[in-house]
Amino acid sequence: MAELTYRDAVTRAIAQEMSRDPDVIFFGEDVAKPGGVFKTTVGLYEQFGPRRVRDTPISEQAILGAAMGAAMTGLKPIAEIMFSDFFAVCFDYIANEFPKSRYMSNGQLKCPLVVRTANGAGSRFGAQHSQSVENWAMMIPGLKVVAPSTPRDVIGLMAAAVRDPDPVIFFEHKSLYATKGEVPDGEIVDTLGSAKIVRPGKDATILALALMVPRALDAATRLKREHDIDCEVIDVRSLVPLDTRAILGSVARTHRVFTVEENPRLCGWGAEIVSIIADEAFYDLDGPPVRITTPHIPLPAADTLEDLVLPTPDRIVETVRRSLSA
Amino acid sequence: MLAIWVMGCLAAREALRERSMAVANRKTRPAKSSVSAKSARRDVAAKPAAKPADKHAAMRAATPAATPAAKGSVAPVLAFSREQELAAYRQMLLIRRFEEKAGQMYGMGLIGGFCHLYIGQEAVVVGMQMAIKAGDQVITGYRDHGHMLAIGMDAKGVLAELTGRRGGYSKGKGGSMHMFSVEKGFFGGHGIVGAQVSLGTGIAFANRYRGNDNVCLAYFGDGAANQGQVYESFNMAELWKLPVVYVIENNRYAMGTAVTRASAQADFSKRGVSFNIPGAKVDGMDVRAVMAAGDKAVRWCREGNGPYILEMMTYRYRGHSMSDPAKYRSREEVEKVRTEHDPIEQVRARLLARKMASEDELRKIDGDIRKVVNEAAEFATDNKEPDPSELWTDVVR
Ligand SMILES: Cc1ncc(C[n+]2csc(CCOP(=O)(O)OP(=O)(O)O)c2C)c(N)n1
Ligand SMILES: [Mg+2]
Repeated sequence: MAELTYRDAVTRAIAQEMSRDPDVIFFGEDVAKPGGVFKTTVGLYEQFGPRRVRDTPISEQAILGAAMGAAMTGLKPIAEIMFSDFFAVCFDYIANEFPKSRYMSNGQLKCPLVVRTANGAGSRFGAQHSQSVENWAMMIPGLKVVAPSTPRDVIGLMAAAVRDPDPVIFFEHKSLYATKGEVPDGEIVDTLGSAKIVRPGKDATILALALMVPRALDAATRLKREHDIDCEVIDVRSLVPLDTRAILGSVARTHRVFTVEENPRLCGWGAEIVSIIADEAFYDLDGPPVRITTPHIPLPAADTLEDLVLPTPDRIVETVRRSLSA
Repeated sequence: MLAIWVMGCLAAREALRERSMAVANRKTRPAKSSVSAKSARRDVAAKPAAKPADKHAAMRAATPAATPAAKGSVAPVLAFSREQELAAYRQMLLIRRFEEKAGQMYGMGLIGGFCHLYIGQEAVVVGMQMAIKAGDQVITGYRDHGHMLAIGMDAKGVLAELTGRRGGYSKGKGGSMHMFSVEKGFFGGHGIVGAQVSLGTGIAFANRYRGNDNVCLAYFGDGAANQGQVYESFNMAELWKLPVVYVIENNRYAMGTAVTRASAQADFSKRGVSFNIPGAKVDGMDVRAVMAAGDKAVRWCREGNGPYILEMMTYRYRGHSMSDPAKYRSREEVEKVRTEHDPIEQVRARLLARKMASEDELRKIDGDIRKVVNEAAEFATDNKEPDPSELWTDVVR
């Protein structure tokens, strides 16, 4: 066991996979010599050398296109897109190329690549560097989508993503990079598509992802202490594949469900989950599912405004309390 | 790296001198509509004999050895008048002091998020601003404070945007990277590297469409020059003869990556060659050279000849943003540029040497500027935070 930051877990995860498999390569903007703008890949260049760890020009289309080209021949690239907002710059590869190659080639082509990216708000970077775009990836048939909330999960899910034969979009959260967590020694490998109950409870289910997980946990502690409401918190971890069994199982026990989403409200990931619950567990519910999200607006730069838009523990506590007492 | 930079500047100067001779006879050309320019070009393509009506096209066809970079690159550096020197000095100093203040305020925690300082590059925007006229437009990326001050936007409004206050140009919602003043012709302030290049092309399209003679300056960095849309824009702009000057601010680094580590062709003045866009390499630390090159490029665009590329050889003294300790280069490298090529010191030295201004006069200018900046800082500190209801203004519903 060692305590590790989420940031250092990224380095360890990539190193774990690169040491294991010489076909794993890693590139992106300022990731090699400079060690990443968020310092998430410090030392990889020194450890694995310039052949396998590369700085690229500021050319997102070429980065993802080249990653896929290499992947089609069997290499396993990990490509970094510095901020998830920049997905929009290279969306062709994400939306048209990666996810369709296996299908269109009658299974001849595989696309075993991982795109890692810094997602989410909290750093006062404004409308073009703060978005939570996990729903952009989730909506495309043919992609797998994960978003870890702890250092341990960063390693386990990265390993699963690299070993997966399909394209995986790996959302790291900027505001989690400095957070710490216990990480077991040795190799860590998770499975994609598994959610985690991070706090058991009986009165309501709270589904959360990435930065919203610690906030949901904080809220759950306060709901118990201040209002005697016992919430189960589930870290969804993987949007595609989605662990519907864990989610529906929890709803069947608690009979109430809340989602805590950082992405903007319209077409956020929780909307899809709520729709699945309505389809499959309608009669388990004692009340309407409630989504707690960032509103459907661009993100402001000013700190006072940014703090108002993301779901906070306060807002979660208030929403859950009010809904359950209604 | 520094040697390369200095050589780049020297080469730019040399080229300037040489080529000014070579093209002296094709410096002026009549304004013409895109239609006639286009048909002239078609004619040239059909029969290689030069058509005197379009010397530019004629030269393209007749002298394959002359690259467009060479073609475009000549603008003799003319001495500035006292007024010009003083105006340039004032503007550059305003940007320098403003940025120093922003840096301080960032350190004090008054500014959050990103803060990309323009210190070292002042001569570029100030010289270019001297080359344009009212109605011309400017667009740039996130390193935008200098561009806004040069175009005459209020220091208070810019600084208050940095501190996230309601008196900021975007009421705190934009932040350091995203500000606009349509009134002044400033179209942002864009956080996505390279986006402004196609946007600037579209602004130029609108000028052409409306039939005015305005020109758009689209600024971007050496790093941004490796974005794909830059080349899509180059092609379209030349094809449609759009009045846009692509000003590439080559400050030797894109974040922590030196130009030569990211660019196969690091002479950015040549990046338009395959599109037939003329390009010039300019000593971007000499405001006179910038203005001369800017003047030539802007005239070229105004007269309907299509786009123009200016590669400004410049240098940023600070890290990429306030959070970058800039460990990828040596202290000596920075010091050398500061002491030997500082754009403001150059003007100051000339003013004093030519007795155009006394130490006292310059001190007074410095004092006046400090006052403007201090007032801006006070405003940006005391101004109220935006009202929460602003979250719901200017949003699409
Ligand atoms: C599409 C996109 N990719 C990457 C970034 C991150 N980024 C911001 S500035 C920058 C470096 C740009 O360097 P350059 O164009 O030389 O401009 P400079 O900062 O030197 O003024 C990078 C990589 C971004 N904002 N947008
Ligand atoms: Mg640069």
